[in-house]
Amino acid sequence: MLNISHVSKTFNPGTVTEKQALRDLNLHLEPEDFVTIIGGNGAGKSTMLNMVAGVYPIDCGTIYLDGVNISRRPEYKRASLLGRVFQDPMMGTAAGMQIEENMALAHRRGRRRGLKWGVTKQEKEIFHEELKRLGLGLEERMTAKVGLLSGGQRQALTLLMATLQKPKLLLLDEHTAALDPRTAKKVLSLTEEMVAEARLTALMVTHNMKDALRLGNRLIMMHEGQIIYDVRGEEKKKLKVEDLLKKFEDASGGEFANDRMMLSD
Amino acid sequence: MGIMLAIQGAVSQGILWGIMALGIYLTYRILDVADLTVDGSFALGGCTCAALITAGINPWLSLVAAVIAGMLAGFVTGLLHTRCEIPAILAGILTQIGLYSINLRIMGRSNTPLLKSPTIFKQLSGVTGLGQNWISMIVGLVFVAGLISVLYWFFGTEIGSAIRATGDNERMARSLGMNTNRNKVLGLAISNGLVALSGAMVTQSQGYADVKQGTGAIVIGLASIIIGEVIFGKKTSFGTKLLSVVVGSAVYRIIVAVVLQLGLNTDDLKLLTALLVAAALTVPVILEKRKQAASYDPMTDGSAGKGGN
Repeated sequence: MLNISHVSKTFNPGTVTEKQALRDLNLHLEPEDFVTIIGGNGAGKSTMLNMVAGVYPIDCGTIYLDGVNISRRPEYKRASLLGRVFQDPMMGTAAGMQIEENMALAHRRGRRRGLKWGVTKQEKEIFHEELKRLGLGLEERMTAKVGLLSGGQRQALTLLMATLQKPKLLLLDEHTAALDPRTAKKVLSLTEEMVAEARLTALMVTHNMKDALRLGNRLIMMHEGQIIYDVRGEEKKKLKVEDLLKKFEDASGGEFANDRMMLSD
Repeated sequence: MGIMLAIQGAVSQGILWGIMALGIYLTYRILDVADLTVDGSFALGGCTCAALITAGINPWLSLVAAVIAGMLAGFVTGLLHTRCEIPAILAGILTQIGLYSINLRIMGRSNTPLLKSPTIFKQLSGVTGLGQNWISMIVGLVFVAGLISVLYWFFGTEIGSAIRATGDNERMARSLGMNTNRNKVLGLAISNGLVALSGAMVTQSQGYADVKQGTGAIVIGLASIIIGEVIFGKKTSFGTKLLSVVVGSAVYRIIVAVVLQLGLNTDDLKLLTALLVAAALTVPVILEKRKQAASYDPMTDGSAGKGGN
């Protein structure tokens, strides 16, 4: 499904702030893989997602998605293949536009936009049904401006928008990190539900090791721009938080103390 | 009687300038860009139109040519901003400065009178027998009604929605597959097309074109937008917002007419406009800070000390 081979990325090369974010990264995903990604700050987790999404150009290597070479495609042209939810709940929606307008924008992800009406009546009915699934009552407020919603509501809406058109790959970049624990739990269970229902292939970055262990069929750990640990299936199910901590400490040489990795929920 | 006539003239001028304010609204409020091309493209519309009319071209056709010229100017600013990654304000200034020379080239001199040339207003005045002031008001209203309808429709379409999303949240727009650079260029082109149309109509109405006729146009447009928001409020529908911009432009012209009647020197007009806009932008900030200061509660318990001392 996704094939990343020999991808490297260095930010600000040749300056004092030079930072090698990805080093000869390789990753291969099978269809319907749901991968959780953990790792310390600056390990390259978000960078990897951003490279797949095309936010920055890669320095070398190739990225194939669903058999298509997207290595050098601009971000907006990759959008047809990708659903994305960001860490910042404000990032995934347009605050000054209505809920239904936002959904209509997402419904047209990767399609040609013309002079047809921006939101059709038929779509409004679809959106009404979809919004009901969130259980937040948003289906009764479809013409409300998104800026009036709370962070959690906006994040749930972004998640729904990301899956409105089935993406080849869903990219979740710490999408519950900025939410309060209760809302985070709600958005996470929605994530699980949607991934399972539409049988999506997904990459989810998280700082919560319990979530990383509980969700998905595969787990990867990143360190200094490389994947240092990759488990799946039965082996992953047997893993415990302590095992991950041990792995992590071995890799980082005991720098664990200054990291924001979470032990508890 | 003099003041009434002055106000009538002010309103008809305000409506014609209101088309420019509509253009500025598109960039300032929808694309979230302060586009300084406007001073140049307003004059570009006037100069193109005047040059064509004196060359014997139909005044209606000259309007169309002015719109195309304005859109090209917006296109250039858009390319400088998106392709060359020049900050929007600087990109606009560059186009504006360049247009000054281009406008001089177009007319071959700094001022072109249209006293003996046909204009759309003279033609319609001849057909209907109405005075020019009335004609320019009616023509202005018809144009404004048509343009607001078209803009209302356009920004409800898929492309229009994508332009709004680009101005609202660029990263989100890109992540949903919108070509944000193209949307910005398109928005700037449409905006400057309107601005140039306004410049061409003002030129035909006042009977001359001048390379300096666009000086301070952006500030006048912003004043119109802000006055409109003061009158109609910020939370209105899109159609009302567009209408409020034109009303704001007319009110601005009335204010100008009144202060001139009261004896203000014309030379001081630009200073007055600048102060007006600065004040209108400052007042909400001060009010917000006052409100914040008034609601400050030194007690950690939220219930105590409310409305105290």
